[in-house]
Formats: sequence, structure tokens, C-alpha cells
Amino acid sequence: MNAFSDAFLYLNDPFNWTGPRGILYLAGQHLQIAGLAMLIGLVVALPPAIWLGHRGRGGAFLLGLSNVSRAVPTLAILTIFAVTSIGFTIWAPVIALAVFAVPPVLANTYVGFREVDRDVVEAARAMGMSGRQVVFRAELPLALPLVMTGIRTAAVQVVATATLASLLGNPTLGTVIRSGFGRQDYGIVVAGALLVAALAMATDALLGTLSWAVTPGQKRVPFGRVRSRRAEAAGVATAR
Amino acid sequence: MLSAASGAVLAADAAPNPWFDVSWVGDNWSTIMPLVGQHVRLTVVSVVIGALIAFPLALLARRARGLAAAVLGLSTFVYTIPSLAMFAFIAPFTGLSETTVAIGLVLYSLVVLVRNFLAGLQAVPEEVREAARGMGYGAGRMLLRVELPLALPGIMAGLRIATVSTVALVTVGVIVGQGGLGQVIIVNGFGANYYRPPIVFGTLGCVVLALVADQLLAVVERLLTPWTRQGVAA
Repeated sequence: MNAFSDAFLYLNDPFNWTGPRGILYLAGQHLQIAGLAMLIGLVVALPPAIWLGHRGRGGAFLLGLSNVSRAVPTLAILTIFAVTSIGFTIWAPVIALAVFAVPPVLANTYVGFREVDRDVVEAARAMGMSGRQVVFRAELPLALPLVMTGIRTAAVQVVATATLASLLGNPTLGTVIRSGFGRQDYGIVVAGALLVAALAMATDALLGTLSWAVTPGQKRVPFGRVRSRRAEAAGVATAR
Repeated sequence: MLSAASGAVLAADAAPNPWFDVSWVGDNWSTIMPLVGQHVRLTVVSVVIGALIAFPLALLARRARGLAAAVLGLSTFVYTIPSLAMFAFIAPFTGLSETTVAIGLVLYSLVVLVRNFLAGLQAVPEEVREAARGMGYGAGRMLLRVELPLALPGIMAGLRIATVSTVALVTVGVIVGQGGLGQVIIVNGFGANYYRPPIVFGTLGCVVLALVADQLLAVVERLLTPWTRQGVAA
């Protein structure tokens, strides 16, 4: 296909990378939006998820939340924040994306803490650990793989979805795709799509490695098991 | 198509811009209804085609473990491609058409459907299969009479999740000018001086469509699995 060779021509031109509003600038903006959104999402989602998982309550609520979140189009949330008083700053997409980072982190963290063997918790208590110590020294290390899965799923989703912020005028890698459509130049469109897909996959690989590094106990090969949020939720839904 | 968003920062000062306006819906009925229709059409077509592809894939994947890994790996890979990029990849081949959007949506729905179909089929207890085999059931009859009914909860769960997420994803089709309610949000709302009623209508429309579709499939599931209710009643 012609568009693919055009895409490589576009990507091979250094000016397209370093020029004003070039790929490097757009990728930086893209990562800034995604990074801030993840930060907010984690700050909002982790404490209640850990608490609910520790207490073993709220499963139905979290399941419902993650199901509802699936029905709300990202595009709509992005647009709605932009037309409030937040306006056309970087914060409209950041908050919108943070909203979408919350459900996978919540659900996975909750499940991770719930699935910690009750005997382990009892043993930790019997050793004289306080509630806080049980959470951070016994439950957290054991729940970490699932917690990381949630964070990884959310991060990939946020990086991928940050692309849509370009539809509202925020410079991201989606801007490349849009400008390609605007000029009816499918080479640029494909180049932008390749860039976005590469960034999403790099994020997944990076967090996969991180997850592998922080997991205590026997190390398994990274990237052996990749799970998506939907598959995760699907597993819960099927088990119901 | 989308360029309207960039050039509309002008006279936003005096015009009223309510969050919700019933009269707007009435006045624009003739333009928004075709878009709602397109939204429903794209969702139904994508999920149906997705299911038709996913079922044989799940059957094949169940037979061979290597194939299962390949199918699941590929579908996970597809899922990491952002929706905007997905439509951008397909557009050079199929242009700014509904086909572009449908192909992208089918690919996304496959991720959910294959996993759930496979999980549903694998959930059939081996003893049940043994028993059916003992009663002289062949492969085809076993699939239709034994495995399929027992796999139905998993299959329906997959269909419901795929449908709900497809409804939300259709909106992104606005990038190729075929976005259903996404068109209402971006073109009628965002592109028209950030006019709020279309934006809110498009958003709520998507959520309502998703919930209605989900409930319809729940009813279908109930009708298809009468034995689960008999068990509860008895």
C-alpha cells in the first residue's frame, strides 16, 4: 500500500520530528497529559481500593462502576470537561483520562487484596502486626502482581486514549493523525497511527518490566501474560 | 469534518449555552435521528460480525493450545492499538466510510468475544462431556446439544461486554466522519461554538443505548437458559 511507504518517508524526515509542533514536541505533550492523568488516577483510586480490599467489601459496587465506565464514551467525557469552566487547558483531557484510569486500578487492586490467602492475614495478625502492617507488609506484596496489572492496563489505555485529546485541540500524537486527515494525506495518517501504537506498546513493555521487577518471590518471564481491562472485567463478569 | 473545532473561538460571549435543552432535540430531530440510526447500525453489524468470526476461532483455539495462545496474543495486541489509530490504519484502504469504522469495531470486539467464548466453552465440565460421549453423542451433536447450552452464560457475558464497549467506541468514528452520536458531540456541539445541548445529548444517548442493549441481551440470555430459573424455583 502506498500510504505505508509515504508514512516511512514522513517518519524519515528529521524536520517532522524536531520542527515546531513536530513529533518530539507532540510526544512530550502526549506523555505529559497521560502521566498527569495516571498520577491523579492512582492517587484517587489506590487508597479506597486498598481499604475496600483489606476489609473485603464493596465488590458489587466496584463491578458496577467498571461496567458503567465501559458505557461512557471517552470522547464524551473529554468534550464535557472542555466545555466546563476548566476550559481548553491541559487539565480538561488530564481529568477526563484520570476518570478512565480509575476503574481498572480500583478493580484490580480490590481483587488483588481480596485474593490474598486469609490464612496469611491471620498469621500476620498472630505475629502481632497492626492493621497497617498487615496491609503493607503482608497483603500488599502478595497483591502486587494484580495491582500492577491494573496500573498497566490503565496506563496503556490512558496513553492510547490521550490521542483523542487532539480532537479537542490539545496537541498530542493524535494531532499527526488529524493533520493527515485534514490534508487527505494517508501517509501522515498512518505515520501518526504507528507512532501512537508504538508509544502505547512501549508503555506496556515498560510497566510489564517494572511489574516483573517489583514482584516478590520467584520471577516469571515478563510479558508472559498480558491482560486487558475488559478481559479482566469479563473474567469477573463470567465468574458472577 | 473536524477542522470546525479549531476555528470556532469567536462569538461565544452572549449566546445562551445551557447544559440541556429539550427544544434543541425537537428542532434537530431530523438531523440527529439518522446519526442515532447509524450508531445502532454500526454497533449491531460490528458485534454480529465479530461474534460470527469469534465463535469458530474459539472452537479452533479450544482444540489446539498453541493456536489459543496465538489467537489470544494477537487479540491482545489489537487491543493496544488506540481507536483513533485503528481507524487511521484502515482508512487508507476503505476511505472515509462506515466500513472503516465497522472493521475497526469488529477487531476490538474480537478481543472480548474470543476470550469469553473460549472461557465459556472451557467451563463445560469434562464429566459432562464424558457422559454425553458415553450416550453416543458425536462431535457435532455434542457441541449443539451439550456444550453450547452450558457455555451460554460465558458467551452472553462476552456479547454484553462487547456490545456496551462498542457503543462507546462508535463515537471515535467521527475521525472518518462516520461516528453516529460522536458526530452529534463533535460536529453539532463542539464544532458549533461548543454548544452544550448536543454534547450532553450525545453522551447520554450513548449511555442509554449501551444500557438498553445490555438489558436486551440479558433478556435474551434468560429466554435461552430456562433451566437456570427452574433450578431456582425448585
